[in-house]
Amino acid sequence: MSYVSKPIRKRDAMSLVTGKPVYTGDLCPAGALQVCLLRSPHAHALVESVDKTAALRVPGVVAIYTWEDVPQSRFTTAGQTWPEPSPYDRLILDRRLRCVGDPVAIIAAETEESAQKARQLLKVTYQVLEPLLDFTKALDNPIIVHPEENFRALCDVGTDAARNLCSQEEMTVGDVEGELAQSEVVLERVYHTRANSQAMMETFRTYSYIDEYGRLNVVSSTQVPFHVRRILGNALEMSRRDIRIVKPRIGGGFGAKQSVVSEIFPAFVTKMTGRPAYICYTRQETFTNGSPRHEMEMRVRIGADRDGTIRVIDLFALSNAGAYGDHGPTTIGLVGHKALSLYGTLKAARFGCQVVYTNTMGAGAYRGYGATQGIFAVEAAVNELAAQLGMDPCLLREKNMVRQGQIMATYYNEPCNSCALDRCMEQAKKMMNWEEKYPRKVLENGHIRSVGVAMAMQGSGISGVDIGSVEIRLNDDGFYTLLVGCTDMGTGCDTILSQMAADCLECDLDRIAVRGVDTDQSPYDTGSYASSTTYITGMAVVRTCQELREKILAMGAKMIGVPVEQAEFDGRRVFVPGGKEISLAEIGSASFEGHNHCLSSCISHSSPISPPPFMVGMAEIDLDPETGVVQVVDYAAAVDCGTVVNTNLARVQTEGGIAQGIGMALYEEVNHTPKGRLINDSFLQYKIPSRLDLGTIRVEFESSYEPSGPFGAKSIGELVINTPAPAILGAILNATGKAFHTLPVKPEDVAMALLEDKK
Amino acid sequence: MTVTITLNGIRRTGEVQPDTSLYTFLRQQGCLSVKCGCETSNCGLCTVHLDGCPVLSCSVPAFRADGHEVTTLEGVQKEAEEFGAFLADEGGEQCGFCSPGFILSVLAMARELENPTDDQIKEYLAGNLCRCTGYQSQLRAIKKWLAARKEGDK
Repeated sequence: MSYVSKPIRKRDAMSLVTGKPVYTGDLCPAGALQVCLLRSPHAHALVESVDKTAALRVPGVVAIYTWEDVPQSRFTTAGQTWPEPSPYDRLILDRRLRCVGDPVAIIAAETEESAQKARQLLKVTYQVLEPLLDFTKALDNPIIVHPEENFRALCDVGTDAARNLCSQEEMTVGDVEGELAQSEVVLERVYHTRANSQAMMETFRTYSYIDEYGRLNVVSSTQVPFHVRRILGNALEMSRRDIRIVKPRIGGGFGAKQSVVSEIFPAFVTKMTGRPAYICYTRQETFTNGSPRHEMEMRVRIGADRDGTIRVIDLFALSNAGAYGDHGPTTIGLVGHKALSLYGTLKAARFGCQVVYTNTMGAGAYRGYGATQGIFAVEAAVNELAAQLGMDPCLLREKNMVRQGQIMATYYNEPCNSCALDRCMEQAKKMMNWEEKYPRKVLENGHIRSVGVAMAMQGSGISGVDIGSVEIRLNDDGFYTLLVGCTDMGTGCDTILSQMAADCLECDLDRIAVRGVDTDQSPYDTGSYASSTTYITGMAVVRTCQELREKILAMGAKMIGVPVEQAEFDGRRVFVPGGKEISLAEIGSASFEGHNHCLSSCISHSSPISPPPFMVGMAEIDLDPETGVVQVVDYAAAVDCGTVVNTNLARVQTEGGIAQGIGMALYEEVNHTPKGRLINDSFLQYKIPSRLDLGTIRVEFESSYEPSGPFGAKSIGELVINTPAPAILGAILNATGKAFHTLPVKPEDVAMALLEDKK
Repeated sequence: MTVTITLNGIRRTGEVQPDTSLYTFLRQQGCLSVKCGCETSNCGLCTVHLDGCPVLSCSVPAFRADGHEVTTLEGVQKEAEEFGAFLADEGGEQCGFCSPGFILSVLAMARELENPTDDQIKEYLAGNLCRCTGYQSQLRAIKKWLAARKEGDK
């Protein structure tokens, strides 16, 4: 029996579908202090004074902390490998408030009601400052978001706080201006994407307590337990050896929980009071002070010849870090590297970027991590170029797309060892019946049916940085324990890593007990982000199993008294063909009996390359020219994630990512009041797709084989959010001739654009 | 004030404030399957059955359930397992946080609608948001489960 490439049920599935108490909020001990935060009503202000007198009189209030009470070392909450590229620009509570919702005070009380009542009674005097809200005017603005002296950047990412500059970068390949000058057609466009919210169903939440050894234990809904341990050490000025992080089941993350959003507050309360403490962010707080996608403005210049040869792409991105630089310097890199590298024929390419501070909510990591924004801009521009050339946008891509065997000059010169993008295009066209549907049909009811296309890529882990480790132990009746440090957040990595281990060890899946994550017990893993888990941690599983097999073979051979070279291991027994044998259960049991060694292996894996998965997405829309309403009636996706490890889970990842991408394209608005308060701070105003908003989403896999990946696998999780926005806008362009450049495209935008024609 | 609710078939009495939601009361009573994902009655995570009908427990004051029957997923474990197995076989639970409310809505739908079409299923469940799956796998699971039930009835 083999498990890889099968639709295996998730190992925790039945607990989840029967509603077992497995999430952070379900596990919090009774009697924990309830923690809430008083948040700033101003986008930019200084705290003059906080009068706690009345608040402290509320029965049940235990403690109220303000900026004077917290450690004064700056840190970043970005869950990244040290030294983090994100500047150290935060305090737990700061006297300077840099966005609406910045925390002013931490309130801990016996009950939620007491905490909330005390919050209402805190009297704060603010010195209100003029906010810097427009990120296009942030650079060298007289309003400085981070004037503090102890601001520091650990990495050289071009940070200059005095200029509101979080980071900058430039990459040039070939003679960009020369190629543009020689191009027969040059298209220049500016695109704008918003600070989308991950909107995972479980909001940020954490509880903490002091254990029997006197150590701070933090149980949290996080994607990055080991980073949380280090960051809490920084923030609380505590030694890391005194901190333990446990990750239970997580109710979704999508990158939101790659930042330390909620952990610090209860941890600080527990450190100060010695008592268990719990914080649960409201949905509103999750919207207003979470870790959303970086808002970006991207200028694209494409130079091409009339036959459709794309010669050069010049891309400049301005990114809004907001109040804090979490993930600012790193998301921006993907804008260029992942978008430009889709085109293998470029003679020249340039990517420039600036990430700036403003007085809006600090951004973070959201599935796609910059690639989503960059691919939207480049793919939308390529669709416009196709229209301008009068060429089928699929054909234009077929002429120019990256192909297996090429060196990707804009992708750190990595070789493209596994790429089925060409086959994905072929497959998607077949699925969509593109030839017949392109560009549009007008239905009897006046609606327009049209199709649009986009390509996408992502990485598989961060090359040379991400580390995945697993430990596998053989136990006394021949079953294995698989300890992982990566975080299953619903994606199913506990299951797919078990599948790989079962195949490598040639055993039944139920002989592998999987467990993650506890920083005291799990082997180190950077965490589940950057599409790393299948590719990086998966390879750690493969290598660990290889080593463990050798140990089992050696011990088995010794036990039956034959030279190891003559013995074989088939997953159930060590044997000499036609001769003596000993079962795995006997080997396992013997290793527990005092005269032998317990058999276990633990190998860490890192990769010098980050092989991209690829895909083609095609949207078929129904557009009502009277109302401007656009409905995605069908979405066809052909995906090359290398070997598909779990056919069900990869499919659901793809369907879910596409749904989020459709939301980004058509529904998910992010607007602020003139004073900087986020308006779209609930599911009433921030509309994520419901069942009624989505038509069919169809997925097929066109696998290449990645030689450096486990079983030939690459990544899937982030890639799949990248095609809907450009594909849908491409379909709108094909339906109406109207090109839109700002997301989301709302019915009123379409209707108004069409009205202009009637004038 | 005191309320008495028949919770999953067992009479439970508790003290509540006038503004205590049924959601809060149920969590206090140990029904931890009931989740909350918003403050605006939008997400459907807190769905429970009140006298057999699906309601948003975040928007029902606990005192309104006084003298009534409330069912959470803890009270329909067999049904949850039966349908849940179909969901799991599609990978459609993903993070699982919306599953309890979603499954209670599905169970109510199966009682209310006979041979529902895809559109009817989508409409009935429109109030149950999910951010992981894009809903396709859930629809596949529902249709297979309904078909299997029908087969079983023959």
